[in-house]
Amino acid sequence: MSQAATELIRISGHAGVVPGKGLNREFQVCKLVDTTTCIGCKACEVACLEWNGYTFTETTFDNSYQTMPETAWNYWNLIKFNEHERADGTMMLLMRKDQCMHCADPGCLAACPADAAIVQYANGIVDFQEANCIGCGYCMTGCPFNIPKFDPPSRKVFKCTLCNDRVSVGLEPACIKACPTGCLHFGVKSEMKELAETRAAQLRTNSGFQDAGVYDPAGVGGTHVIYVLHDAKHPELYGGLPRDPQIPWSVRLWKGPLKWIGNLAMVGGIVGMALHYMRFGPKKEEPIPPNANADPDAGRRP
Amino acid sequence: MTTGAVSRSNSASQNNEETIVRYTFGERVNHWIGALSYIYLLMTGLAFWSPYLYWLAAVVGGGPTARFWHPWFGLIFTATQFWTFKAWRRDMGINDADRAWGKAIPDYVENEDEKLPPVGRFNFGQKIFFWGIFYSVILLLLSGVALWYTETLPWSLRFLRFAAILIHSSVALITIGLFLIHVYMSAVLEQGSFGSMIHGYVTRAWAWTFHRTWYYDVIGKPRP
Repeated sequence: MSQAATELIRISGHAGVVPGKGLNREFQVCKLVDTTTCIGCKACEVACLEWNGYTFTETTFDNSYQTMPETAWNYWNLIKFNEHERADGTMMLLMRKDQCMHCADPGCLAACPADAAIVQYANGIVDFQEANCIGCGYCMTGCPFNIPKFDPPSRKVFKCTLCNDRVSVGLEPACIKACPTGCLHFGVKSEMKELAETRAAQLRTNSGFQDAGVYDPAGVGGTHVIYVLHDAKHPELYGGLPRDPQIPWSVRLWKGPLKWIGNLAMVGGIVGMALHYMRFGPKKEEPIPPNANADPDAGRRP
Repeated sequence: MTTGAVSRSNSASQNNEETIVRYTFGERVNHWIGALSYIYLLMTGLAFWSPYLYWLAAVVGGGPTARFWHPWFGLIFTATQFWTFKAWRRDMGINDADRAWGKAIPDYVENEDEKLPPVGRFNFGQKIFFWGIFYSVILLLLSGVALWYTETLPWSLRFLRFAAILIHSSVALITIGLFLIHVYMSAVLEQGSFGSMIHGYVTRAWAWTFHRTWYYDVIGKPRP
């Protein structure tokens, strides 16, 4: 976006070609999370809190490394741990950094009724504008990843911004900067996808993970956070990552056909009543005929 | 209950302009609390329904304010409709006269009211409106509570959110249809109806024209 202002297309009094003209820059950003090299240190969680100015929240203990069951309105980045027993009886600790996926086709945005409470930038970041949020929670219904979280006192919904405030000034997101193993990468989408595929191929060839692959679900148009998984055939093992995430069909039905049927019915009804009044006019009371008491059906036409 | 109280006269049919109580004070107050709360719900609900109607939220204090009050006004509307149910359910049973009236509905649409079979305090259309609103209110209340406290529904019960959003919007549309017809018929089409919900009275001629069985019940003449 910002780079477009520095890309020249004409130069006055200039001999020869315009430097950089026709250059194809990709603005789509992407976070790559390689779950196979994550050690679950939670440095990304700390960095996220630090950068966004939130304090630690109370943890819950459930006999595992899991500190809390899911992300919170003020805890946007959470490692999901799963002690997975493999077919050969050995144990694997699967760790996945859970946060907003920044879908290309965001369900939260589709469901949101408030003008400009959710925006999608050209670089792929989906961001909540809390000033415009009305706190209805429809985004929570539209999201297939259980990410938007409601804060009751402020009646606003919050989630990961993909550090839009950092990315817009050329910095990488806070979580990426904090990662000690290098399992987190940040860059343009095509390069991250290529890196992820390279890593997945390496896992398949050299490390015996036959089903290793990249998680970039097509059901939501692809995401701007992608994962390398040892077992891409079973993404739900990684803290409930949905196998084929979609905007819920009920949300699509509500925001699509139902809306048009409803609008047509409302407008049609009003027009119909106006036409009825013009055609048939008002209903007026009629005087009671003198013989009405003797014959209650008097005055009624056959 | 003073519904149906009549100013006595020896020759009923000669007193077209004499009045009959159609709605009690309680019924009228309840009606207007319900009407005003429904109009608020309609404005804010339509604001949440379509971006082109979002400005309606601004009229009543802005989006967050509308979101805050919508459920509370929903409870008020629900209470008025439950009271209506309690007060009118015995008058709203659908009988053979209603079924005959229902078959003759084209005559009603074309204002050929004199061709219609006589009906009691409420006609078939009003009874459909009553039961339609009553069952809609129950569905709106249940789905509305789920939407009110969406954040408390755990992820494993998210199907409740999906169901609530579809039920609340489609049932609200049904009530909008009923509401539009109700307002048109009572405030525009049928002269004398609107005033009866303000001051409570209709004329004998009105009762005889539109609710003849009820008219004879009220004036105490046996029907053959």
